[in-house]
Amino acid sequence: MAGDDALEWHKVANKAEILNDEPLGVEVEEQFIGLYLVDGEIYAMDNVCSHEFAILTDGFMEDECIECPIHQALFDVRTGKARSAPAEVDLKTYPVRVEGEDVFVGLPAK
Amino acid sequence: MGATAPVVVAGAGQAGSWAVKTLRDEGYGGPLVLVGEEQHPPYERPPLSKQVLLGDDPPESTILLDHDMLGELDVEFRARTRITALDRERRILGLEDGSTLAYDRLMITTGARVRRLELPGAAEAPIMYLRTIEDSLAIARKAAKGVRCVVIGGGLIGLEAAAAVSELGCRVAVVEAGERLMARVVGPRTSAYFADLHRTRGIELVLGDSPVRLEQAGGSTRVILASGAGLDADLIVVGIGVVPNAEFAADAGLKVDNGLWVDECGRTEDPRIFAAGDVTAHHNPVLGRRVRLETWQNAQNQAIAAARTLAGSEHALSDIPWGWSNQFKVNLQILGVAGHWDDAVLRGDPQGGSFSLFYFDQGAMCGVDAINAPRDIAVARRLMSRNIPVDRTRLGDRAVPLKDLLKG
Repeated sequence: MAGDDALEWHKVANKAEILNDEPLGVEVEEQFIGLYLVDGEIYAMDNVCSHEFAILTDGFMEDECIECPIHQALFDVRTGKARSAPAEVDLKTYPVRVEGEDVFVGLPAK
Repeated sequence: MGATAPVVVAGAGQAGSWAVKTLRDEGYGGPLVLVGEEQHPPYERPPLSKQVLLGDDPPESTILLDHDMLGELDVEFRARTRITALDRERRILGLEDGSTLAYDRLMITTGARVRRLELPGAAEAPIMYLRTIEDSLAIARKAAKGVRCVVIGGGLIGLEAAAAVSELGCRVAVVEAGERLMARVVGPRTSAYFADLHRTRGIELVLGDSPVRLEQAGGSTRVILASGAGLDADLIVVGIGVVPNAEFAADAGLKVDNGLWVDECGRTEDPRIFAAGDVTAHHNPVLGRRVRLETWQNAQNQAIAAARTLAGSEHALSDIPWGWSNQFKVNLQILGVAGHWDDAVLRGDPQGGSFSLFYFDQGAMCGVDAINAPRDIAVARRLMSRNIPVDRTRLGDRAVPLKDLLKG
């Protein structure tokens, strides 16, 4: 895949730690990243709400959306798209690779 | 033919800001004027009694739409402009400076103003209110180590202010006329929890009493209570509620009764006039009755609904009322409107500092107080809006994941 060369893969979790109802928040290279499981796929998205500082994985997960625990903004964790007010800015998503039980997230290489 | 009159959004707070933004999002491309009484572009108020008062965040952090963003939205912003009259026949607003402003359609988002303490001696006393950025900064400037602060009103604003000035070093007493704290918005057990919290932090709570006059003596003020007791104060913060800014609308013949009446889409009885936010009393389909809400959520979502409706895509508000408070780093979230309930289920452990109380009325969940338990609110909102029957034993059992109850 084009662009993959510029990625650095970081092991961030074991597969079993990421549940449908219980997303996992991790810190990689001083970045907050949320890991989500939707229809058997793992997704990685910036974990700080684009409206105000809040850790999204503390919020409520339903279907493909996480709801911010503070002001109830919704984000589609597969695309990072802000789905409802007060959030208006989409969040960044990151490629995920699963090898055996290990989950890797690809961040832009420094 | 003259130019088209603009859509005028009257009131530049949280609701006004969402109204202009939504009108543009919905494709309204005509002239748009936003009128605000204050000097600032639209800002949100919740941090004023929390982060801004504590000095954790600068006041600019509350700005919702700055001048650049207003420019990008092609909104003509008129600051320091007070609306005093409305002529519905000629479709003009009368402004305080004597000029007028014509509208094609009007969105009233004038909000509310603080209810003032009318007592003998009040004029000479160091009384402060908490509604604007200036109010918050003025209290923060006075609040310092050893300053004696009396807070009048044990509601959300009074208690947030009490917690904040206490953290800034003040010695604080709170006077509440009712028998318990925040009685209008939470249940008795939650009131008791917060009473303990405040007392533990050294705040003196005076319940079931109210000030009758203020006396000046030797550079400080004595707050005399109905019981005869007195409290010495260097600073008095008053949080006894707000009054909707709806007089000009009432004078113009629009229905006003504890707020300007609108339907669930933010329409008034005048097809050219819409309204949203604290100023309105709307028929809430979830509660099944008319209610005037003073919440951040309502200011945002009602304005979005009303602006969409104005722009032609009818949109009804169907939120369960929701609000939050932070006091001494304890997060309280309130869902529904307290009032009639006949059963309360406790989930979690108050001793452990995280619990929720779920209220039921005739078998149906009608509200929740969640203390340091935001996810409980997220699930409860879904249980309530989807009318899912709830097994109260499982609800009270923390071993059962709350989300399982969504399966019915």
